[in-house]
Amino acid sequence: MSLLSVRDLHVIYHTQAGPVPAVRGVDLDIAKGEVLGLAGESGCGKTTVINAILRLLPEKTKVEGTVLLNGEDVLAMKPGKLRAVRWTQASVIFQGAMHALNPVRRIGDQIVEAITIHGQAGEKEALVRAGALIEQVGLPPWRLRDYPHELSGGQRQRVMIAMSLACSPNLVIADEPTTALDVMVQAQVLKLLKDLQRELGLAMLFITHDLSVLVEVSDRLAIMYAGKVVEDGPSVPVFTEPAHPYTRALAGAFPQIGDRTFRMAPSGLPGDPPYPGDVPPGCSFHPRCPLAFEDCPKIDPDLFPAGDQRRAACLLVNRPEMARVEP
Amino acid sequence: MRPGLERVGTSAAVGEEPTAPPPPTDPRRIAWARRRRAFSRVAKTYRKNKMGMWGLCLLIFFVLVAIFAPLIASKAGLDPTCTCTGKAYQSPSLQFPFGTDDLGRSVFTLTVWGSRISLIVGLIATLISMVIGSLLGIAAGYYGGWLEAVLMRITDWFLVLPWLALAIVLAALLGPSLIVIIFVIGITSWPSTARIVRAQVLSVKTRSYVERARGLGATNWHLISRHVLPNVGPLILANTVLTVAGAILSETTLSFLGLGDPLSISWGTILEFAFGGGAAVAGDWWWLLPPGICIILVVLAFMMCGFALDDILNPKLRER
Amino acid sequence: MSDVAAQAAQVRTDGKQPVLEVRDLHVSFAGRIGLVAGLAGKKASMARAVDGVNLELHAGEVLALAGESGCGKTTIARTILGLEKPRAGEIRFEGKPLGRNLRQYRRRVQMVFQDPSAALNPRQTIYESVAEGLRVHGISRSEDGLSEEQMVARALSRAGLRPPELFYLNYPHELSGGQRQRVVIAGALVLDPEVIVADEPVSSLDASVRGEILRLLLGLRNEFGIAMLVVTHDLGLAWTIADRVAVMYLGRIVEIGPAEQVLTNPLHPYTKALLKVVPEAGGIDRPFLTGEPPDPTRIPPGCRFHPRCPEVVSGRAASAGVEPKCTGEGLGLVELRPGHFAACHLASLEARGLSQSADAGA
Repeated sequence: MSLLSVRDLHVIYHTQAGPVPAVRGVDLDIAKGEVLGLAGESGCGKTTVINAILRLLPEKTKVEGTVLLNGEDVLAMKPGKLRAVRWTQASVIFQGAMHALNPVRRIGDQIVEAITIHGQAGEKEALVRAGALIEQVGLPPWRLRDYPHELSGGQRQRVMIAMSLACSPNLVIADEPTTALDVMVQAQVLKLLKDLQRELGLAMLFITHDLSVLVEVSDRLAIMYAGKVVEDGPSVPVFTEPAHPYTRALAGAFPQIGDRTFRMAPSGLPGDPPYPGDVPPGCSFHPRCPLAFEDCPKIDPDLFPAGDQRRAACLLVNRPEMARVEP
Repeated sequence: MRPGLERVGTSAAVGEEPTAPPPPTDPRRIAWARRRRAFSRVAKTYRKNKMGMWGLCLLIFFVLVAIFAPLIASKAGLDPTCTCTGKAYQSPSLQFPFGTDDLGRSVFTLTVWGSRISLIVGLIATLISMVIGSLLGIAAGYYGGWLEAVLMRITDWFLVLPWLALAIVLAALLGPSLIVIIFVIGITSWPSTARIVRAQVLSVKTRSYVERARGLGATNWHLISRHVLPNVGPLILANTVLTVAGAILSETTLSFLGLGDPLSISWGTILEFAFGGGAAVAGDWWWLLPPGICIILVVLAFMMCGFALDDILNPKLRER
Repeated sequence: MSDVAAQAAQVRTDGKQPVLEVRDLHVSFAGRIGLVAGLAGKKASMARAVDGVNLELHAGEVLALAGESGCGKTTIARTILGLEKPRAGEIRFEGKPLGRNLRQYRRRVQMVFQDPSAALNPRQTIYESVAEGLRVHGISRSEDGLSEEQMVARALSRAGLRPPELFYLNYPHELSGGQRQRVVIAGALVLDPEVIVADEPVSSLDASVRGEILRLLLGLRNEFGIAMLVVTHDLGLAWTIADRVAVMYLGRIVEIGPAEQVLTNPLHPYTKALLKVVPEAGGIDRPFLTGEPPDPTRIPPGCRFHPRCPEVVSGRAASAGVEPKCTGEGLGLVELRPGHFAACHLASLEARGLSQSADAGA
């Protein structure tokens, strides 16, 4: 059974200019111990999906669909139950998490707070557990007495990871956890996340725009564009042999060093990712798609089966004869 | 990426026909078009701000009263020897809607005419304070180094200067007058403006676009006038409006204490005479209330406008 | 020092003078000291951000300056643009050292910064942002008789924003990230520069948009012969557009050479480590360097990379006999292959060993 099961999620923000549909029907499944990578660029709705899962969206936002966490619908939970669920069953490592630490409190206090707030343990026990957590993420226990500014970016990120594990959740949602880090530190943090995931049997929802990073850490990938999932499947096949033109373009933006086809030949898409309030009709990707044909502006494709446990929302999946040879 | 704003050519194919009329190509007209658009945008946002609109209405009301004072109440009524005066200490009646003072003058006339001095003194003092404060704040923030250190110490010195004691001393030396009041208010209220301006300049100075302009070879003057000032200006404007409120209150205080020109009528001096004439003891509420309420209303009006402007123009508040 | 200069002279590829030269550049930043500590005689720690760098940029060349944060690459870029003052060393443009008056120089060397939304004044329209360069230099008419507006239109078109008039009255926040970066590039193009210094030109843009901006930059080089110095932490970017790559570590260049060689056949252990760390499909157990990026206020003696060098840590350096040199003897860039320089004792030894064995075998 899936640990997390999202069905037909729609999120509509309420703004001064009217309703903005940020998520337009998303299905996701994560099994226990599995890592799902969610990739997409700005405006695709991936951060909104996470906020919807834990109900962290602003008040007036309309959320429809079901989010089943351990079989219970999060969207229908009462506030008390929701608070109990947050952090103990599913925790989040937010974007820019390094700046989410309170600068005037010691690291140890903040981790302890995460534990005691959820009634998981008393103060003394919590401190012991905080020590264990901080060692698990590769920092020495005496770091608990430090203030955030005394740590480097990578070290702060490790503290955020420790905090997310404080209440032993089954699911950890990581929103761009390594974006602001150097390549070397990024590798260290990714390895840490992967090791912890294997050790603790965690399920993870890993969100980033960097497809090459995702392929390394996730078992399965889902690519989002303009509020919908446009492709999903096992990560390596999706990355190396994309079925959707957008995935192909996204993968092409991360060149393989040593591959001569990338030399002096930057590949990208014209135009920009669409603004959520202004999505093109039919297939939302068609204005930028190098393989668009006359049906694309008219029909918004569903996710069609595209191989072994793979799906892609592209008309070409069923009509490969319409694909022109790319110039 | 904020909602509700027009997006230019996002997912549309390159080369689609624009639907707006062709924009001007003359650089000066482009600059004017920009200013007009910016102004209308601020005005539209301001109109939505209820507090700001109430403040603005009140303000306009008082400004009109001050301008059209001669039409509302005859100036002769200020002269105690005028035949239009009535009996002293009269409570409000049809003939004298706010009653009379100790010299039989209509308190209504006094209040109406008093608006002029109160507003003018407040505005001039604020102008002085704003000019000094802005110049010093920009100089200190932009140039930094020893200039900033020196200017900030001067600012600190003026910040702790006891304005009341200064006013009393100056009035004793030079004789009580409006100039003394304007001077004292002007030189003691600029420090807070200077500090706010300096903080904003420091923040603007490090922005990438200022560096880009410097990298293009811009002179300091170009950077200050084209980049720093437009980004600091709105803050100065909001701060100025709030300072006027303070200046009017200060003027009232100083006049009330007898440090103003005894021959000029302002709300503060009316209160001074009322107090001196025993209005509080005798219960002559009509003498005290009108000027008092006017002061409160005008100060409130300026503050409401100032807060509304601050909400709209202050970049820190805008990021909400 | 003269040794290094002689080697720098050898880099000139076709005998023509490089358009931009950095000679023995040293840039330091002083740390902050509290008032009391300063009075007590404590000295501020100096961060040697750039500690002896020689670089040459030839006309029409794309040189990538790569490294992690704190290596000094951004400082070099800013010093070239005149935004930082060097402690020692000089910058030469077309053979002549920069004087005190940088105005003419700044017309011909332009910059493109990382974050396009910060690089544009939010209160200025696109037209004014692009025209700024012209106004700063008081140019109201170009040499071929174009008016200011025509020059702005031409720059916007060249940067890919067509039709340009559509964008005149817009504000930066009304455009997307990619369009904003094009505006910044247009602002750089309007003065017809010979060199563009780009600091992370695409890292803050969406992945699918990056390719177009990179294609634009390459197109500018191909069509107008503009030389580019691209500062980046992304070796993939260097692979895509650079002719030559210089890898920096802790204020010095540790390897420089043709991009294909440096990135497929690296000589320096740091470059090798950086390349191994680039994510690829399927592999998570890549080796990476331990520890944090180093502190520019505390530079190790000898080769500044030795505390983290995998060759030292694994003992290979010791068994090759160079370890005492690594910890004690500093070194400059040595040409180990034609046009390919590295600053590594072990690599030098191995290269000499190879050439010796090649000679022996011949």
